[in-house]
Amino acid sequence: MTITEKILAAHAGKERVSAGELINAKLDIILANDITAPISIREFNKIGAKDVFDRNKIAFIPDHFAPQKDIKAAEQCKMLREFSREHELGLYFEVGRMGIEHALLPEQGIVLPGDVVIGADSHTCTYGALGAFSTGVGSTDVASAMATGECWFKVPESMKFVYYGTLNKWVSGKDLILHTIGDIGVDGALYRAMEIEGEAISSLPMSGRLTMCNMAIEAGGKNGIIVPDDVTEAYVKARAKREYTFYTSDKDAEYVDIREYDCSKIQPTVSCPHLPSNTKAAAELSDISIDQVVIGSCTNGRIEDMREAAEVIRGKKVHPNTRMIVIPATQEIYLQAMREGLAETFVQADAVFSTPTCGPCLGGHMGILAKGEKAIATTNRNFVGRMGDPGSEVYLSNPAVAAASAVMGRIAVPEEVQ
Amino acid sequence: MILKGKVWKFGDNIDTDAIIPARYLNTSDPDELAKHVMEDADKDFPDKVKKGDLIVAESNFGCGSSREHAPIAIKAAGIQAVVAKSFARIFYRNSFNIGLPIFESDEASEKIAEGDEIEVDADNGTIKNLTKNEEYTAKPIPPFMQELIAAGGLIEWTKKRIKAS
Ligand code: SF4
Repeated sequence: MTITEKILAAHAGKERVSAGELINAKLDIILANDITAPISIREFNKIGAKDVFDRNKIAFIPDHFAPQKDIKAAEQCKMLREFSREHELGLYFEVGRMGIEHALLPEQGIVLPGDVVIGADSHTCTYGALGAFSTGVGSTDVASAMATGECWFKVPESMKFVYYGTLNKWVSGKDLILHTIGDIGVDGALYRAMEIEGEAISSLPMSGRLTMCNMAIEAGGKNGIIVPDDVTEAYVKARAKREYTFYTSDKDAEYVDIREYDCSKIQPTVSCPHLPSNTKAAAELSDISIDQVVIGSCTNGRIEDMREAAEVIRGKKVHPNTRMIVIPATQEIYLQAMREGLAETFVQADAVFSTPTCGPCLGGHMGILAKGEKAIATTNRNFVGRMGDPGSEVYLSNPAVAAASAVMGRIAVPEEVQ
Repeated sequence: MILKGKVWKFGDNIDTDAIIPARYLNTSDPDELAKHVMEDADKDFPDKVKKGDLIVAESNFGCGSSREHAPIAIKAAGIQAVVAKSFARIFYRNSFNIGLPIFESDEASEKIAEGDEIEVDADNGTIKNLTKNEEYTAKPIPPFMQELIAAGGLIEWTKKRIKAS
């Protein structure tokens, strides 16, 4: 069996499961945010359950339109607070304690290797980087799961992605996953598990692994997953407050497809409007002028991303025609960035340094694009209207390329500003 | 159940940001969401669409976010069903959970044009094109999904399970 199959089998109380089989699995963590939880709450109330199945396994995180950007958003956030109080949820994170959900849960040791996690948010697939099975579902799925502690799944077929060699300078997990999506397309892994491995992955830090699994959904994948190793152990050891299990894939596990990539051939990569699969080498895009740079999100808002961007922009200024917005993904990252002087580096470069929020990533607030404006962002989606007006454009990149582009006022590679 | 109506045609990879842009997600009121349905794919769509119409699209319909607001907006706009070559998995799941009928058919997606009058038999997946006088078949709906539909969606299904246990 594959790691995905083994985790699902264990949570369904079965010896074996195979691709295509429909199962009911027990859940370790259930997640919803200020956009999706209000519907979950409404639907949960219709079920007529006495209480939630386990008050310590439900995480409610207001992060999308929080700090509350307008009255309607405030009302939605209020529903989360009230429900959390009423049911005494142990994992409710108020503004000031919250962070972007997919950065916060791994950082706080709330999701762990071997878990089955669902979230009413498509990027719930992020936690596969820890060797967990995690996937995005809808609000109604979460409502039902809050009552029963279970969720139905079709066991996905697995597809293997192997990365050989060592990474070029300024190439990170983001570039590997953008390159991969460019290769297989936005539905190239539809309904499937994307199992990621290889020597380049063994030496990839947890931040890069989280970035890669985060974008599995951008290839249509059900989950991304990496077999846990020493890097995983080092990451979770200090954070975990409960037991966790490392699963591996068997030698004879079945894969519907295996893709191999030679990392020496992968350059800093950019996804052009309006699909993540529309990839080009960053170096080929130097004629694209940039109005706004965003560094943050559940994809690239971790401390390593802050460091990478700061390294490029330190001692320089954001181009006069460009604005730059930096958003650390959690309070802990925010604090760390201050301690290391990164916040100061950004502000001195004339960038905005914001409190944690999803904000501009989904065109919510804190950096919305006007018609005709172009942004380069370390986020994960560049669909029409994603960051504002339907006539605006978003390019996706790693933090170093985004920071270099801020300095040049056009898409640029880090070498150009060094 | 027979779903008969006029078709609006869309292409590949219609994402949930096109179906219901995030800027409207500070509410989850179905009628509010319906006012902006498909707006970023076709800005006049909310005005043009009539109750009882159907959507026919190509591959990977509903890709992107997990927002249930997407099938809710479609349903609240009075669209009876969506036919596509394939659906993104969370959208697929959400549609069954909330009771928006969806059908997968390559042939229907290729042959149906905008403005065609079609008739979908939700029970057996037969799609009749009344304008072109053709007939296509959708992929069968998996047994568990049929169970969900029969129960009246996931919430009703869960209610029954809780009562039984
Ligand atoms: S940062 Fe962007 S992609 Fe991530 S959870 Fe927030 S809105 Fe979604």
